[in-house]
Amino acid sequence: MDSDKGRDQGKDTVRDTGMDFASHGLRESATFDRATIHAIQRAAATGVYDIRGWGAKRSLPHFDDLLFLGASMSRYPLEGYRERCDTDVVLGARNAKYPLHLDIPVTIAGMSFGALSANAKEALGRGASAAGTSTTTGDGGMTPEERGQSKHLVYQYLPSRYGMNPDDLREADAIEVVLGQGAKPGGGGMLLGQKITDRVAGMRTLPVGVDQRSACRHPDWTGPDDLTIKIGELREITDWEKPIYVKVGATRTYYDVKLAVHAGADVVVVDGMQGGTAATQEVFIEHVGIPTLAAIPQAVQALRELGVHREVQLIVSGGIRTGADVAKAIALGADAVAIGTAALIALGDNHPRHDAEYRQLGSAAGYFDDFQDGRDPAGISTQDEELAARLDPVEGGRRLANYLRVLTMEAQTLARACGKAHLHHLEPEDLVALTIESAAMARVPLAGTDWIPGAVR
Amino acid sequence: MCGIVGLHLREPSLEPRLGELLTAMLGQVVERGPDSAGVAVYGDPRLSPPGRAVVSLLGVTPEEVSTALPGAGVVAADATTVVHAELPVDELLATIATALPYATVIGSGEGFAVLKGTGNPVQLAESFGLAGVTGYQGAGHTRMATESAVTPEGAHPFSVGPGQCLVHNGSFANHATIRRELRAQGVRFDSENDSEVGARFIAHHLDRGADLEKALRLLCERFDGFYTLLVSTADSFAVVRDAIACKPALVAETDAWVAMASEYRALDVLPGIEHARIFEPEPEEVYVWRR
Amino acid sequence: MAALTEAEVVDLAASSVRDLNQALHAPQPAVSWRVLNPRGAHSVACGLKDEVTVDIAGHVGYYCAGMNQHATVTVHGNAGVGVAENMMSGTVRVRGDASQSAGATAHGGLLVIEGNAAARCGISMKGVDIVVGGNVGHMSAFMGQAGRLVVCGDAGDALGDSLYEARIYVKGTVKSLGADCVEKEMRDEHLTELAELLKAAEFDEDPADFRRYGSARQLYHFKVDNSTVY
Repeated sequence: MDSDKGRDQGKDTVRDTGMDFASHGLRESATFDRATIHAIQRAAATGVYDIRGWGAKRSLPHFDDLLFLGASMSRYPLEGYRERCDTDVVLGARNAKYPLHLDIPVTIAGMSFGALSANAKEALGRGASAAGTSTTTGDGGMTPEERGQSKHLVYQYLPSRYGMNPDDLREADAIEVVLGQGAKPGGGGMLLGQKITDRVAGMRTLPVGVDQRSACRHPDWTGPDDLTIKIGELREITDWEKPIYVKVGATRTYYDVKLAVHAGADVVVVDGMQGGTAATQEVFIEHVGIPTLAAIPQAVQALRELGVHREVQLIVSGGIRTGADVAKAIALGADAVAIGTAALIALGDNHPRHDAEYRQLGSAAGYFDDFQDGRDPAGISTQDEELAARLDPVEGGRRLANYLRVLTMEAQTLARACGKAHLHHLEPEDLVALTIESAAMARVPLAGTDWIPGAVR
Repeated sequence: MCGIVGLHLREPSLEPRLGELLTAMLGQVVERGPDSAGVAVYGDPRLSPPGRAVVSLLGVTPEEVSTALPGAGVVAADATTVVHAELPVDELLATIATALPYATVIGSGEGFAVLKGTGNPVQLAESFGLAGVTGYQGAGHTRMATESAVTPEGAHPFSVGPGQCLVHNGSFANHATIRRELRAQGVRFDSENDSEVGARFIAHHLDRGADLEKALRLLCERFDGFYTLLVSTADSFAVVRDAIACKPALVAETDAWVAMASEYRALDVLPGIEHARIFEPEPEEVYVWRR
Repeated sequence: MAALTEAEVVDLAASSVRDLNQALHAPQPAVSWRVLNPRGAHSVACGLKDEVTVDIAGHVGYYCAGMNQHATVTVHGNAGVGVAENMMSGTVRVRGDASQSAGATAHGGLLVIEGNAAARCGISMKGVDIVVGGNVGHMSAFMGQAGRLVVCGDAGDALGDSLYEARIYVKGTVKSLGADCVEKEMRDEHLTELAELLKAAEFDEDPADFRRYGSARQLYHFKVDNSTVY
């Protein structure tokens, strides 16, 4: 937003040069700002698009624009500790013999071994298990480290089918059919040569060191009518034991969720444009998909209209950072959330202690997004043995478990303030919005009014 | 997304069984499209008595039609009401437009009727009385609505010209632009459905003298997206797929009939299937069978 | 030599595919099976993991023998989309024709199609051997990573588009080659390999009649010079 740029401009000029550009009559263009100039000149120099990690960076209407209406004369809060606010969630009870029973409604999103180091995957498994929740494999298959550590493991079924095999499928606790992810709805996986080591290449059946090209559509089905048959096959192979999730990047979410339910999904995962990736074209990340906030009410409406809200569970991801985000997503109708970027940050991604090394890579702490290069000083998004060794999986697991517990306690705090004995008792009516955009997207009234802008289907 | 079935009979002795066979075929593609269905039938004397203009309508009751058009034949079929009269087709359409302005025309012609409804296709087939239908050709569709609502109007086949019918499995990608272009040329649309744009495009070109094959080739050139299309007229039965050809399509052919379906199990119900030549249409090739 | 046992017979006109697969997945299943009246049913004999033999008397729908391990499955008829998809080992034989994506993403084993295969045969293959007696449709071996595809008939458009290391042998004409797929020299080791594959498929063909196709390996690294291909 314009005001953001103005603030940054002032800060940078004073810090970098000590010179006050503005009073010398210098004004940066909002259209061709320094970042844009850099991007154009980089394209001219290399002839290739810019690839980076993380999700959409631009400022978007998000959970921060929503506020809870806490206790009042007509609503009474619950005491902390003594008066229960439960947090458990059951995923996939619709058809599966063995649904997932999670202690907390925060799961770890799909991230590939390949994008992440083996130590990072192990740390995620350890932390999630300690907190009583699930992790998810990514493009590239299941590692013994993750399966060994993860109490509940969701196995992704992606267009590339790298590493896909029935033994791992039977070892999984749930199967997630991936149509797309928020960072790049319509794009396939991407992993550049520097991260395709012997081990990664072996798992993916690729030559070592190639830049992996990935399919964006599944090889043996296209469309929900054929997905129905594919889900049937996955159930048959696993004797109807495991919940089947369907994951979509947020675009035409209302229709996608309906179609996913028709196709047989037990759980639907919706990932907004703030959802991260380890490597994708910058233009794809910033210009395709809709904000998480705008996707949730569409998904919930779709489920309600089909009469399956809370029967087919909704997991929301894309920019979940705090217990407030968790509580708000649930209040809007989600059954659970998934974290990706935040989980890696908990492990140490972008920690200020790596600042000097980030600067050597042309970045800085708080700005580092070049996961595609595989030179991550935090040892998370790298395949380099030396760098990866810097991440101690046990310590990493501990940090993640801490963070998950904080997320849960924060959400409980807010829920108790709203008088709720279970996080799932939060409802949209507990929320108001601060801006017109967020009110319209989240379909909650502007604070102090009963106005929800925009027509609702 | 959905299921398509189509049957073009060559052997007259099978005509009494048209509806029975279409019902069986439709029943095998219900899982592809559980929320609504439609069928077009050619040559059934009850729905479309010979020598009379026939118009199929949604949005009206048989009583309303009888009242507005005394003397016309009225056949009730679930949400659809079929009207027939001893008039030229144009005249019957004009009369309906005046007397029942709120009705939606879903098919018109001679010897041709279109039936549509919402709900489970197996039950719909029953309330259509499909098993008792006779004739020489039929096309059916079971629908899983993608980007628009579930209404009877949204079900295929789309029939926007006399005796014409289009069934579509897949998803067009640039239909909004083509709809605008056709609207600018005076074409009116009944729904926001992408498949209707395909039907209107073909009707538009048939109206301007193109034959079915040419119209379908023009469609392949202009339309982007994934599609398997079954298109029929009073004397032809055609199948075409887009260049990428991800959506399924199977054709089976014997001396007695030509059939098309999204899945083999819908063809397996046909008499003589064990001797049929079964093949998958090549991308962007137009296959036409003529009566 | 194993003693001849009577086959377990399952009639899909009376039993469900679920019951059939459940029985096939049971610990120590019967060694040989005969499946009647498949009539285009989907997911027949998928997820097998034992050294059993399954003969299917008729046409199957999608994903027959999906993710097959160790089993020998024969379809005495045609197969729908994705036959033997993601197979790991074992043998699947289709006596008739196969629909799209036959052998998709499969890692091992042998898939034999005596008739024609439709589009995307061997798409994303990861080590399987596929031998087709007839033609294959367009986009076959798309992104083929490993394994061998043998086509005794003709190949459709865009054969081997975006190919990695899978090897392709075609006897008939190739309508067009996909991006980064080129004809390659047939050396002795290729003739030997092809002879083995044809023998395993029980096809009486002369390897000398075939041509070899493989990756030009020009797309292995993102380069601005390749931008038109992207």
